[in-house]
Amino acid sequence: MNGFGRLAFVETKLFLREKAATLAVFGLPVALVIGFGLIPGFGQPQKSLSDQIGTEYIASLGVAIVLATLGLNGVPMVIGQYRERGILRRLGVTPVRPLTLLVAKMAVWAASAILSVALVIAVVRIAFHVPTPAAPGWFALSVLLGIGSVFALGMVAAAAAPTARSAAGLGWLLFFPNMFLAGIYFPTEEMSSTMRQIGNFTPLGSALHAVRDSWMGLDPRPEYLGIMAAYAVILGALAVRFFRWEQA
Amino acid sequence: MTAVIEVTGLTKRYGGLAVVDGISFHVDKGEIFGILGPNGAGKTTAVECLEGLRKRDDGDVRILGLDPRTDAHRLHQRIGVQLQETQLPEKLKVREALGLYASFYPNPADWRELLSRWGLADKAGTSFAKLSGGQKQRLFIALALVGNPEVVFLDELTAGLDPGARRATWDLISQVRALGVTVVLVSHFMDEVEELCDRVAILERGRIAALDTPAGLVDRAGGEYRVRFRPTVPLDEPSLAALPGVVSVTRRGAQVDISGTGDFASAVTAELARRQVIVADLRIEGRSLDSAYVALTGRTMDT
Repeated sequence: MNGFGRLAFVETKLFLREKAATLAVFGLPVALVIGFGLIPGFGQPQKSLSDQIGTEYIASLGVAIVLATLGLNGVPMVIGQYRERGILRRLGVTPVRPLTLLVAKMAVWAASAILSVALVIAVVRIAFHVPTPAAPGWFALSVLLGIGSVFALGMVAAAAAPTARSAAGLGWLLFFPNMFLAGIYFPTEEMSSTMRQIGNFTPLGSALHAVRDSWMGLDPRPEYLGIMAAYAVILGALAVRFFRWEQA
Repeated sequence: MTAVIEVTGLTKRYGGLAVVDGISFHVDKGEIFGILGPNGAGKTTAVECLEGLRKRDDGDVRILGLDPRTDAHRLHQRIGVQLQETQLPEKLKVREALGLYASFYPNPADWRELLSRWGLADKAGTSFAKLSGGQKQRLFIALALVGNPEVVFLDELTAGLDPGARRATWDLISQVRALGVTVVLVSHFMDEVEELCDRVAILERGRIAALDTPAGLVDRAGGEYRVRFRPTVPLDEPSLAALPGVVSVTRRGAQVDISGTGDFASAVTAELARRQVIVADLRIEGRSLDSAYVALTGRTMDT
């Protein structure tokens, strides 16, 4: 196995050893859809949710929560630690570049997100007979762009923060407003139009809209995909430009 | 001898201030070369310019014929490095760390053999976070060697090790040299450098204050030997001061200190015997790298 493959393999094992993190990524969304799925009548289209089936709506929230947890908590916290502990620096004197480790970690996190989304789809399909996403291509693209944009936001936090502690703190600082504006605490349908507009322009907000639309079989509005792509490219470039490889 | 490391006028500045200020030296194949100096002398910065971790501002560096500034990737396949103050992921196991690092190199060592040589065989399944300070340090040395390097850089090799473990580590470093590996040792421990190094550069404020073998440094510093004892009967100090080679006789309470050059110690003991003076706590102190260091740099390591 080459350096990248080996790093990805080891990082996967390290990820699975973090019990709290794996529970949050794989357990929480499933628990959420099961909890809400058991509410009588929730399997019917809900007027207050733009006629989306309640359980399907909750499953979409599960997808967004996975993106936020991994991208805004996991990414800044772990990358900040890897820098502070000199792990990136140590790799800088091997034939493998520190960048390879970052890419391997991103790959592991992205794969975990995709796996968790698949798990949510399977659970709501089997347990609550919620149809699988009706526009699977758009759905997949929405999830991938969501991963790209939210992870890029987390990477900017990791790049900008001088210490592991501040990186984790900055991650949390991004986590709550993003969750709120995306409509995870209460549906965007109940927000004022200004707040909804702001939410639409956040990476997590556009991801949730695109995921909900494609699950219902609608083509997601191009601006959602465009917003996510723009965040992924611009924030990604910023993170690359300003990334600190070692603690000052 | 062929030089595997050639450094000419290496300079590294931070904010206009030269932390490493035009140092030059070379290291031959199979040598253990020491870089000694107090904290802040620029040792680590200099070595990190050699390792390709920092870009030098001036001068020329060749390691195994490669320039670390432009050829870092090829260089990193052939060198091993133990950095100061690095960690590994907490839940990474010892065997995974070695296996992982072995996979980075084109021609790695057998890491299982390294495990047992560095006394980590029974810790193979232990997470990094659960290792003691000494075990972590030995793991880092093993990681520096896992790529079968031709040159190894060790920065504060025995930091955090107890005296027994330091000795054991020194023995293992001697074995590494026996394999023909060139070692660059950054240290602020005199005894370590004196024990291990073929040649030593003393770095002070970014410059090389002296460069020689440990014995050469001691000789160059000159200085005196000292004899100390407690006489059990009153002593005629002037007669001792008149002996050949004796430079000074001082009394501190019950203790007499005589310093001198050449074979003065024999003259002193003969004189004491002739006068039938019985002494207690007789000590002869030779010159060490410690005192040579003070003589050459005009200060102690701690300042």
